Amino acid sequence: MSIVGTRVVRIEDQKLITKGGTYVEDVREEALTGAVHAMFVRSPIAHARITSIDTAEALAAPGVVAVYTAADLDLGPRQAGPVVEPWLASDVVRYVGEPVALVLTEHRYQLADAAELIDIDYDPLDAVASIDAALSDETLVFPDMGSNVVQVNGMPEFPADTFDGCEVVVTQTIVNQRVAPAPLEVRGAACAWGEDDRLTVWLSTQNAQIGRTLLAAGLGVGEEKVRVITPDVGGGFGAKIGSDPEPVVLGWAAQRAGRPIRWTETRSENLTSMTHGRAQQNTVTVGGRRDGTVEVFRLDVVQDAGAYPRTLFLPTLTELMASGVYHFPKIETRSRGVVTTTTPIAAYRGAGRPEATAAIERAMDLFATEIGMDPAEVRKANFIRPEEFPYKTKSGANYDTGEYAQALDKVLDAAGYAGLRAEQRRRREAGEPVVLGLGIASYVEITGGDSGGESGRVDINPDGTVTAYTGSSPHGQGLDTSLTMLLSDQLGIPMERISIRHGDTDEVPKAIGTFGSRSLQLGGSAVRQAADKVIANAREIAADMLEAAPEDLELNVDEGAWQVRGAPASGSVDWVQLAARAEQGVLSADVWFGEGSPTFPFGAHLAVVDVDTETGKVVVRRVIAADDAGPVINPLAFRGQRHGGLGQGVAQALLEVMAYDPDGNPTTATLADYSFITATELPDFELVDSATPTTRNLLGVKGIGEAATIGSTPAVHNAVVDALAHLGVRHLDMPTTPQRVWEALSAKGEAK
Amino acid sequence: MIPAQFSYRRVSTVDEALTVLGEHGDEAKVLAGGHSLLPLMKLRFATPEIVVDVAPLEELRYVRVEDGTVAIGALSRYHDLHHDEVLREHAPLLAHVAGAIGDQQVRHRGTIGGSLAHADAAADLPAALLASEGTLVVRGPGGQREIPAAEFFLGPFTTPLEPDELITEVRVPARAGVGWGFEKFTRRSIDWAIVGVAVVGQAVGLVNMAGTPIRATATEQALASGASVADAAALAAQDASPVTEPHASAEYRSHLARVLTKRALESAAA
Amino acid sequence: MKVSIEVNGKAVTEEVEDRTLLVHYLRENAGLTGTNIGCDTTSCGACTVLLDGESVKSCTVLAAQADGHRVMTVEGLAGEDGELHPVQRAFREQHGLQCGFCTPGMMMASVSLLAHNPKPTREEVREGLEGNLCRCTGYHNIVSAVIDASGQEVDR
Repeated sequence: MSIVGTRVVRIEDQKLITKGGTYVEDVREEALTGAVHAMFVRSPIAHARITSIDTAEALAAPGVVAVYTAADLDLGPRQAGPVVEPWLASDVVRYVGEPVALVLTEHRYQLADAAELIDIDYDPLDAVASIDAALSDETLVFPDMGSNVVQVNGMPEFPADTFDGCEVVVTQTIVNQRVAPAPLEVRGAACAWGEDDRLTVWLSTQNAQIGRTLLAAGLGVGEEKVRVITPDVGGGFGAKIGSDPEPVVLGWAAQRAGRPIRWTETRSENLTSMTHGRAQQNTVTVGGRRDGTVEVFRLDVVQDAGAYPRTLFLPTLTELMASGVYHFPKIETRSRGVVTTTTPIAAYRGAGRPEATAAIERAMDLFATEIGMDPAEVRKANFIRPEEFPYKTKSGANYDTGEYAQALDKVLDAAGYAGLRAEQRRRREAGEPVVLGLGIASYVEITGGDSGGESGRVDINPDGTVTAYTGSSPHGQGLDTSLTMLLSDQLGIPMERISIRHGDTDEVPKAIGTFGSRSLQLGGSAVRQAADKVIANAREIAADMLEAAPEDLELNVDEGAWQVRGAPASGSVDWVQLAARAEQGVLSADVWFGEGSPTFPFGAHLAVVDVDTETGKVVVRRVIAADDAGPVINPLAFRGQRHGGLGQGVAQALLEVMAYDPDGNPTTATLADYSFITATELPDFELVDSATPTTRNLLGVKGIGEAATIGSTPAVHNAVVDALAHLGVRHLDMPTTPQRVWEALSAKGEAK
Repeated sequence: MIPAQFSYRRVSTVDEALTVLGEHGDEAKVLAGGHSLLPLMKLRFATPEIVVDVAPLEELRYVRVEDGTVAIGALSRYHDLHHDEVLREHAPLLAHVAGAIGDQQVRHRGTIGGSLAHADAAADLPAALLASEGTLVVRGPGGQREIPAAEFFLGPFTTPLEPDELITEVRVPARAGVGWGFEKFTRRSIDWAIVGVAVVGQAVGLVNMAGTPIRATATEQALASGASVADAAALAAQDASPVTEPHASAEYRSHLARVLTKRALESAAA
Repeated sequence: MKVSIEVNGKAVTEEVEDRTLLVHYLRENAGLTGTNIGCDTTSCGACTVLLDGESVKSCTVLAAQADGHRVMTVEGLAGEDGELHPVQRAFREQHGLQCGFCTPGMMMASVSLLAHNPKPTREEVREGLEGNLCRCTGYHNIVSAVIDASGQEVDR
């Protein structure tokens, strides 16, 4: 019987629950013996000219091995989009947290003591701490660029007559606030140069191979000179994809100092120096008819790229996904990327798609409110219908498969939507101070959107065990278990005889890694394809051993043995026998699965919230979610990914924001101030099943890593606004904090 | 983050503690549970040269009732106070508040004396002690003195404690059966109060509405002269001086003080 | 100063700086790296261990304060024969962990929670674990794991 699709507890867990994972800080390799400890000294000012750096006192402090500044570095320039980003700032700092110097000490506890002694003089410049400040161009982050707008995509100017003839036009600017990915394990690295003049870096990353490429490029050495090893990784959420300056500087410093180096940032550093996510300001305009039909949708995106525009694909991905789940006859989009004197922006769980979904799903609610129609009905009036797939949206995405109406109906049924609306009416009519809000988000997203393929290798070892190598780089997703299940199912070999390896560039030289929810659909397909090849080779050997024609043989996966089709009694040969017989390398296959194209998971979420109109406090009572990513390999891991996505998505709607004051000082730079959601702010999640396969990879699967994050944020956001709609509130920005709710009500004269 | 260097000194009697504190003056800091002091030291906002660990003074962990007064040893931990049957009966507000501070782990370490000595206006216990009309018992080289809670909180993190003095006991009138209420408004359950309100009978203490914990005097006076709860609560912010913080404006916090005072008074009356 | 702590039943005695935090003593001196550090403000709970049987955040306790006391870390949870503690078994069975970084602290906090409240409701579990942050699971399965470990039926 197939185990694929059944609930299997994770093989990863035994170690994690008994002695804990081996994260970078836990690595105790011999090569790191005698390692010095490293700390970056970072700018405390958003925008300033560095006038002097005095390291003398620090160099004299106990245990200090070296202090390096930009003046010491001899690395080539580092490009961030159209600008050069320094490895260590030398002339100008452009965000609080930008690295300026590196301190090395013998002992960990000496780092902060020494760092305090480095005397850096800053001559402050005006900060550019918001999108509006950036667009004004009053202060330029890069004067040579002539503008803070460093990228424009889509329509440079929108036509004036787009909405002529529409019965209804609604428009709203929606802030998709800056948040910190903040994985629980902060960034860390350890590195050592070997006697072979080769650098080994233990790196907390989502993709060792890209890390190696960036390290080699940064250090100006060939890729063969760098080995990256990814130990256990304590979460990434997009921010460990890898274009940070620190590992390269550490690799350089290890060579200069002639010592191995260990580095772990502090949480405060993490919150200001690891890239942030989201940070868009989106203006939506919907034109349509009073019967609920949307005729044209316009999305104008402004992406705050932070000080160094490392990832300008985010706003264009938002444009690509602008259409959402809707059959809009006309779409207009534009995006502008602007630089500010804040922490650089990069991917965060969803990366461009949550922003698109938040924009269109808020827009649909605004449109529904304007025409007095139920938000569920407005959505149903505009969904792309199942028979229209594959469907090319007017914003350029090529959707594979979808059952959008069905997903929404399932969620509405599971929630008891009509009953909830009745409760809402009842409570409103009774004038209760705590009001009920219902929020819907129907979403579609793109996974494996990079189309880059992935590597997979399967070896049947001489003892009949299996070692598989994947280019994916899981860090909590349970991929080891999922791939083991797939291989066990395909080969008929028990899970305990299969091991999965990843994250060492010497073992897996070519790979892309884990981001964009690509691992199962691309990494899984690659392993499937490699196993297919192994099976084909095995068939030949088995035929030889059984003295039968290869085409007459079948692999009995229940027995893990080859036999003659229709005549099992005539003999069989199992994997152990085959492996003993096979010449080395014959039962191995190393593939690159390159034909996988993006897939489009979708779903619908309904959030139910209570809002206290006296205090503004929002309590999430229920979240009901359908997330369809095709066939499910391991329901345990699948549901876990959805839970986690829901948690983070709800958190963005309610709590999380990485905030700056007008001078560019971060005001949420510790975990006491930056509001991770806790167990007490979340309800139990109600998951609804749905599985619509794709044809775009060997497994028929889509990605699930980000989907629930994408749906839940606008669902909760819409619910909060819905709760207040009868009091005249039309919109409020995220996070929907108590103060924001109270202010919105106060503005309407409705605060109790 | 790592604290700056210091010398650790553990003491085994109150007298020894006082001697060590007397020797080092301002350079020494008393360490009880450490959950106010150590976070500040890790961020290097506090850099004492000597840390005097008074945790071994087991004799300062108790709750007892004598002559209508509840006496609480200064080193009693929040967790123990929350579960203490005597406290729950005779000073239920304090028992409740002790269970609302921080999280499970914090409550296992933090002490009532430590919280009061730290005198953070955003902390829950100082305002609760004000509303309880409590007294602090302090020992120093000259012997013991009592300081009413109303005279203890002089400013942000500022008290009349001398560097060579130690809080040994906290006393509140035993008020079994007297109505009480506590409302704490936070973004997340683990956060410090944006505003908190502690009520015992008609005494109202406010958390985080000024540089120190304060009494809502106007509300109390209105109640005393027979005003309704709603009318009295509307005056809750009259004597307050809240500042605007990143998460909450002064105006919003004044609003919350009024709403929460009404709720706390209502639960005290229920 | 010399600090002696009974860690998971074994005496560990080391000469350390007075300012040494308990979490570093456990990781560096006792060589037990299961306990993780996730923040510097006593917020996240990743470093939770049991000190004399009660959960504490070991980043906010000096090693000196634990001198002469008992500490249990994740490495001490399972029996000598490797038999998993009910909390460990339940975290695996209920998929109460993903990246694993918060897990040792989360499990130690759960052990402490159950010691005080052996049959908690889901709501009580959520409140009891408020000082332990997880970025992966959305907490749903962590709550289920603690309910499971308490011997109660998990119905969601």
